[in-house]
Amino acid sequence: MKIRFTLNREPVEIEAEPNLLVADLLRDRLGLTGTHVGCDTSQCGACVVHLDGKPVKSCTLLAPALDGAVLLTIEGLTGPGANRLHPMQKAFHEHHGLQCGFCTPGMVMTAVAFAEANPSPSDGEVRHALEGNICRCTGYQNIVASVIAGAAAMHAPSAGE
Amino acid sequence: MKAFDYLKPDAVPAAVGALAANPDAKLLAGGMTLLPTMKQRLAEPAALIDLAGIAGLKGITLDGDTLTIGAMTPHAEVAASATVAAAIPALAALAGGIGDPAVRNRGTIGGSLANCDPSADYPAAVLGLGATVITDRREIAADDFFLGLFETALEADELITAVRFPRPLRAGYAKFKSPASRYALVGVFVAETVAGVRVAVTGAAASVFRAPAFEAALAADFTPGAVAGLSVDAADLNADIHAEASYRAHLVTVMAKRAVAAALE
Ligand SMILES: Cc1cc2nc3c(=O)[nH]c(=O)nc-3n(C[C@H](O)[C@H](O)[C@H](O)COP(=O)(O)OP(=O)(O)OC[C@H]3O[C@@H](n4cnc5c(N)ncnc54)[C@H](O)[C@@H]3O)c2cc1C
Repeated sequence: MKIRFTLNREPVEIEAEPNLLVADLLRDRLGLTGTHVGCDTSQCGACVVHLDGKPVKSCTLLAPALDGAVLLTIEGLTGPGANRLHPMQKAFHEHHGLQCGFCTPGMVMTAVAFAEANPSPSDGEVRHALEGNICRCTGYQNIVASVIAGAAAMHAPSAGE
Repeated sequence: MKAFDYLKPDAVPAAVGALAANPDAKLLAGGMTLLPTMKQRLAEPAALIDLAGIAGLKGITLDGDTLTIGAMTPHAEVAASATVAAAIPALAALAGGIGDPAVRNRGTIGGSLANCDPSADYPAAVLGLGATVITDRREIAADDFFLGLFETALEADELITAVRFPRPLRAGYAKFKSPASRYALVGVFVAETVAGVRVAVTGAAASVFRAPAFEAALAADFTPGAVAGLSVDAADLNADIHAEASYRAHLVTVMAKRAVAAALE
């Protein structure tokens, strides 16, 4: 079937079987390997992308759900230009919010959606928001610090420049 | 995942017709249970009938003291709804505690009820509030809807269109979460309604159930202390790697106290 959608601000049209999962479409067919597949059972959150602005797990999403929708992946967070970092990515870098980095794309995508509506979240609010994202290295301390800093940076007057 | 035919009808009769015509087809809501099941090959439907194209199945309306939530309304929308927060705040809080943000953006009330997982949250609210499940062909009272483990009163080709909740005088929900999935190890929904007090327990047994002794005690005295000395019989409860039956029985009392406290807030 034909599926038309917006991927990282560009219109895309693909031909796919309905049983194609969005995570596989992104990684295997479109070369966007920033979206990671960890558990492949919708538990770990490494595959989180934004569907019409909302975080969803792309390993548990059929490609037909993309038809007419707007999809944003970790590659599209910053818009065009090489090596630019979104304020949330910068915060993860500065606060060392990762060790192996496998969970980071999903963490960042969940965090960005959360921070858009929560400019100055508490530690507890961040932990609640990250319940669907599992990290097996850090113990979360620095991830929480990164999200709090990233949320502040996203809402700082100079953000978006 | 095995190949399947994909249909996206734009109206309820077309969806029900497709389901009736093909016994090996399944309805698809947010896919939060169905897709993992298919990935594990525990289900291999010949066709999926995606309900996402039926506009009328989504949305929240309050008419007098009746709150109606469309079957395809995702948990996140219920959790964030000012209408739900004003009419039945305990229901908004329950929806906001399901799974995680990504699950709440896809999972739906209709899918949760049709699936009837023994640890799901919504069944506690539906039974605890004495809600009505509305389908393409009839209305089913909550007391008649939940039949057992993953078993409901729905016919094979029946489609839930909405759920109607009466506004309670006050209500509260408390759950002891599985730390891994956030499903209810035990969850208790308590409601004081014009028709009396209702107490529904999820997570503890094969299916959600009412606790008559708790209801009677709360009808006389709607305080956490009124249920502190009561317990449900552990012989009927689940035992698994997460908790023994006796521990679940203990949690029912503790969650009931917390749910009453939440209702009184
Ligand atoms: C990681 C994770 C954590 C979760 N944590 C919780 C939790 O803490 N608490 C909780 O309660 N739930 C939890 N869930 C379940 C989730 O809330 C979903 O509501 C549930 O999985 C149903 O999903 P769905 O609505 O996407 O339905 P689907 O998966 O699309 O469908 C489920 C079943 O219902 C049928 N169906 C769907 N819609 C209808 C309809 N309108 N009429 C008739 N039949 C229909 C389908 O055919 C299918 O058999 C969790 C799920 C995941 C993946």
